This record gives sequence, structure tokens and C-alpha cells, in this order.
Amino acid sequence: MTVYDIIFYLFAAVTLISAFFVVTNRNIVHSAFFLLFTFFGVAGIYVMLGADFIAIVQLIVYVGGILILLLFGVMLTNKIVNVEIKTGTIHALPASIVLGLFAGAIGAAVLNTNWKIVESPDPVPTTAAIGRMLINEYALVFELLGILLLIALIGAASMARR
Amino acid sequence: MLNVGLTHFLVISVTLFSFGMYGVITRKNAVMVLMGVELILNSANINFIAFAKFGNYGLQGQIIALFVIVLAAAEAAIALAIVINIYKTITNINVDEIDSLRD
Repeated sequence: MTVYDIIFYLFAAVTLISAFFVVTNRNIVHSAFFLLFTFFGVAGIYVMLGADFIAIVQLIVYVGGILILLLFGVMLTNKIVNVEIKTGTIHALPASIVLGLFAGAIGAAVLNTNWKIVESPDPVPTTAAIGRMLINEYALVFELLGILLLIALIGAASMARR
Repeated sequence: MLNVGLTHFLVISVTLFSFGMYGVITRKNAVMVLMGVELILNSANINFIAFAKFGNYGLQGQIIALFVIVLAAAEAAIALAIVINIYKTITNINVDEIDSLRD
């Protein structure tokens, strides 16, 4: 086992344990904070895959944006008279059985497949290359995503004000 | 087996997807359902980047992951606006009680 493996298992453990608590904790605010650790763990896994720019974008957009948005959603949709903000669960047993079977099936398929792995070169900084691709091959998609984000945010603002 | 390869990332992605799906199915609060959706999108992103690295597809997987993150941001904003509107209308965001369209 190299240092790389140990760090990978560390990030994997952080991600999966906190994801488990996100979906099982009854307190919504605690779930949101566990979601923070999940996003950090996923960012670490991106770094292990050599995707440094995506990892930073993950931190900025998810932790700095989406998580705060979700916390605002929690605060705006509960009567804050006490600290306890609970949520109930439904169909917990059938869902865990079905999803356990699903995860087992896909996991077995993943483990038994003989993946054709092509060795990629050592990771290099990706920011400049991604920027160049965004304004060359993917320029149209980039512009469309910008327009989509603008429309979505205007729509969200006008819907929430009504 | 202990040396980290493609399968390790795929197994993590599958587990994360299952947790997210579990959250979407079992939680009553609509905001918690959104958190499950975010977990699912993250697991898809791990898959994209892992296949791009181990299949030597260059940066294309990372670009798609970037697009997925943008879509997740737009989706979270819209969904929270809808949730806040539902809360204003029926003062409740439990997804099993929002059934007025059924009647």
C-alpha cells in the first residue's frame, strides 16, 4: 500500500460515512452539515483522479453555493421555534432492501468486469487546458449553459418572490 | 486488491448513488430529497472523471463533470424556489402530503 492508497481510503471513508449519515439522520440541519463533509470527500476523490480544477469548482459551487442554498431552504420552510428540525421517513425497509440488491448487483458487475484500462500520463495541472477546451471545442455548450443558468436563476428569483 | 484502481472509484460511486437514492425515496422533507439528488449527481461525476482517467480520454470527462455541476446549481435554485412556493401555499413541505393534484 502506498501513500496514495491510504489517502484514497481516507477520502472514501469520509465520503461514504458522512453520506450515510446524510440520508439516515433525522435532524435536517445535521444532515446538511454531514453533506458538507461528503462534498469535501468527493472533492478529495477528484484530486486523487487528477482533476484539480473540478475539485476546486466542487468546493466553490457545492460547499459555497448549493449547500448554503439548501440551508436557506431549510430555514425558510420550518417554523423555527426550537432547534430541533426533524424529518420523517417512509418506506425505509423496502427501500433499503431494494437498494441493497441494486448496489450488490451493480457492484458485482463492476467487480467482475474485465475493464480495459489504458494507462494515462501522470496528472498535470488541468486549468489552462480546460479553459482552452471551453472556448474552442465546447464553446457552444459553454454559451448554452451560461444562458441556461441565467434563465434558471431569473426564473427561480421570480418564482420565489411571488 | 488493495491497490487503488478503477473498480475502487466505481464501487464508491455505486455506494454513493445508492445512499442518494435511499434519501430520495425515504425522506419526507422536500429539502432532504434535494440533498439525495445532489449525492446522486456527485456519484455520476465520480464515474465520468474515473472513466476519463483510466480510459485515457483526456479532459473530456472533466468538462462533462463541470457541466453537470452547473446543471446541479441551476436545479437546486429552481427546486428551492418551488419548495418555498409550496410552503407558502400549504405551509408544509412533506412530499407525502402534497397530493392536491391527485383529487
